Amino acid sequence: MLRGLLTLLLFQGIGEAAVYFSGAPIPGPVVGMLLLFLALQLSRIELPVWLGEAGHFLIRWLSLMFIPACVGFFFLSSIETNQWLAVAGVILLATLITMMATAFLMALLLKKSLKSEADNQ
Amino acid sequence: MIEAVNITLLLILTFAAFSVAFWLYSSSKSRPIIHSLSHPLVTAPLIVSTVLFCTDINYQQYREANQPLFFLLGTATVALAIPLHQQFHNIRSLAKPLLVTLLFGASFAVIIALITAWLLGASMDTLISVTPKSVTTPIALGIAEKIGGQPSLTAGIVVFTGVVGAIFGPVLFHRMGIRDDRIKGFVLGICAHGVGTARAFEISGKCGAFASLGLGLTGAVTAIILPWLVISFLK
Repeated sequence: MLRGLLTLLLFQGIGEAAVYFSGAPIPGPVVGMLLLFLALQLSRIELPVWLGEAGHFLIRWLSLMFIPACVGFFFLSSIETNQWLAVAGVILLATLITMMATAFLMALLLKKSLKSEADNQ
Repeated sequence: MIEAVNITLLLILTFAAFSVAFWLYSSSKSRPIIHSLSHPLVTAPLIVSTVLFCTDINYQQYREANQPLFFLLGTATVALAIPLHQQFHNIRSLAKPLLVTLLFGASFAVIIALITAWLLGASMDTLISVTPKSVTTPIALGIAEKIGGQPSLTAGIVVFTGVVGAIFGPVLFHRMGIRDDRIKGFVLGICAHGVGTARAFEISGKCGAFASLGLGLTGAVTAIILPWLVISFLK
């Protein structure tokens, strides 16, 4: 567990450093995630238990870590009053329409790829 | 001295609100819609905001005290590589449908957001601020800065898009008759970024892995295409 947390922090640090020195517009932890993924794929060893434990512990409490950012929404002062409708509409309507369309497309594509696999056999 | 007490109290506020919210959430399991609406990501921020309003503490102070959680969010993002690695055999065989879904979802999210905002009378400033709404917060902020939106507005919209997606997504999938965890996860990751990914891990490990993939790829794709889209159509 401890070794796992250390490994995750190490990759987070490498990611932050890579972003700092390259000036890329990507967050450091995302780069760290990609590097850890590559390292795991290339090492060809079984996933160490201590790393799995540490990772799953953090992921299990992911919602908790989003709470301070969510609270910020109630303290937004930069929106002009006549823009609230548009903002609320985008958050509710646009998100739901996008999810519906994307889920529909993916279901269709998966059905198609399953069918072509069956045809090939 | 009193400063340290304040910081501790504001951190405790987050944990306490989360504990109460989590208890509410798990005790409403028998009613699907109430269960979805009482997700800790809705109730906990409401509890925290109410306490802050009543005690006249400003958000900046609360945010600074909760800095450790913002940092841990980064560490948890790195940890998403683990389920991604474990599920990679499932993902590789689906490369083509996943890629098509991703490109469609990422661009459709931007187009629909612009159309909805425009129809509802958004100003140019708001229009530009809503475009990166489906991308994870840090990437969205980078994009907003680049294309000239308002970062604080973008951050708020991004976070709430995630909350709406995470809350209503599972209800929507149920109504559409979608039972495949791969679809649920990937769509949650594309449309509702980290918040949706957190929700996806509650469904199953496989669902979470597909969400992590959607989250990472959407961030990268949107960061590349959005500045170009905005510059060519809005300016």
